Amino acid sequence: MRKVAIVGVGMTKFGEHWERGFRDLVTEAGVKALEDAGMSGAEISAGYVGTMAAGSLIGQEHTGALIADYMGLNPIPITRVEGACASGSLALRQGLMAVASGMHDVVVVGGVEKMTDLDTAEVSEILGGAGDQEWELFLGATFPGLYAMMARRYMHDYKATEEMLASVAVKNHKHGSMNPLAQFQNEITIQDVLDSKMVADPLKILDCSPLTDGAAAVVLAPLDIAKKYTDTPIEIVASAQASDTIALHNRSSIAGVKAAQIAAQAAYKQAGVSPSQIRVAEVHDCFTIAELMAIEDLGFFSKGKGGEASLNGETQIGAKIPVNTSGGLKACGHPVGATGIKQAVEISWQLQGEAGKRQVSGADIGLSHNVGGSGATAVVHIYKRVN
Amino acid sequence: MKESIPLTWRKIPDRYRLLGSLCKNCNSHYFPARHVCPKCRRKGKIESYQFSGRGRVFSFTEIHAPPAGFEEQIPYVMAIVELAEGARCTGEIVDVLKKDMQIGDEVEMVFRKIQSNDPEGLIHYGFKFKKVKK
Repeated sequence: MRKVAIVGVGMTKFGEHWERGFRDLVTEAGVKALEDAGMSGAEISAGYVGTMAAGSLIGQEHTGALIADYMGLNPIPITRVEGACASGSLALRQGLMAVASGMHDVVVVGGVEKMTDLDTAEVSEILGGAGDQEWELFLGATFPGLYAMMARRYMHDYKATEEMLASVAVKNHKHGSMNPLAQFQNEITIQDVLDSKMVADPLKILDCSPLTDGAAAVVLAPLDIAKKYTDTPIEIVASAQASDTIALHNRSSIAGVKAAQIAAQAAYKQAGVSPSQIRVAEVHDCFTIAELMAIEDLGFFSKGKGGEASLNGETQIGAKIPVNTSGGLKACGHPVGATGIKQAVEISWQLQGEAGKRQVSGADIGLSHNVGGSGATAVVHIYKRVN
Repeated sequence: MKESIPLTWRKIPDRYRLLGSLCKNCNSHYFPARHVCPKCRRKGKIESYQFSGRGRVFSFTEIHAPPAGFEEQIPYVMAIVELAEGARCTGEIVDVLKKDMQIGDEVEMVFRKIQSNDPEGLIHYGFKFKKVKK
């Protein structure tokens, strides 16, 4: 297999884009990624796009073709990929495999979601489809409710506290305040989180990622020609994906995400690196509890120690392992299908030294961790700066 | 989400009575019913299995932001229940609030209205759980 590099990245601002639709957002991100790679578009031989629920959110299926059309990329083959909140990383993995295999040379990969055209209750119901519709959601569970049950069990098993959960949101808002593309750029306190409206006990509104419009895109090319397009290619040195039961209740442990643990181990093996070598990570903090589980599942902290580590600031920029420098899903926002690609964009900027105020010094190896549903899909990618 | 009449109709045995599956090859219980044992795959011998309805709370939450159809019920407790036979399922715990709940609480199945599509539409029934009085 060929080595593959990211040679161009781009993303829209994440937020509530009342004035712009699905195709406007994804086109902006795609054009930015092509500009970053110094390409006209003629070099692109295939495309992949991650979007979870365009059919429900805007009534539009067949989004691959729509995007090729509006990007001016016809007649390239373009394919939509769906894996709930992990759709973006699944698309990245498809693009990576297409280039690595030699099937295609230069590939564009996008992620997009337009979430604010419906009211919040409708959108919440659609997102619930990431769980088991017939045996969780229909019976009265909500998507935050599933993560709340993970949080309750985690707190029970490891004596974790609501303050530890809250510390994730506080840190991610702090990082988000340094990211001009983040949905929320305001800082919050632990007390703000604890005092915010209850959603699904013990998770409050400030433990939850928001509804967001946004898109992100990357251009992939074989590593041996990457310097044609950029002085700072980022090699993708590992891509691993794992699955688990669709319903949370069927998993032996719910105080961690087994699929993420498996994907992480496979990714470390592929890359030949250990967790302690990762200098910056973007992880799937759809709810605060998810980040605590992620930093343990990825091996940054031992099982049950993530809460204390987070409360002690060990995941902030400048500390042991900076996590979610973009602000994460919590503060940067979570346009579902775009999130996995945004993670790749943020890690690329960090490894290129282009992350502005939130730059992690000396970042040479980065990781992204993207989870679908309550953990039925997990994808881990590892990235390296090319010297 | 609104469920169609055929979808609801074909779920009646599972939802009304906790009818699931047992794999006679590995003795694993499954709820809802499965046609393939995920542990034994082709060697599995799946049979229909009637759960007792007794179990213990594995985890729980109190829902404050309800899905459509549950607006009048908030706050209400949802739990993952570990059935006595070993399978787990998700369901509501009736007649309690969070303050009454602990992981490990003993519960038993009750038959209740789950939700209805609209005032004149289909009424969906099924299992919920209540705490067993000590």
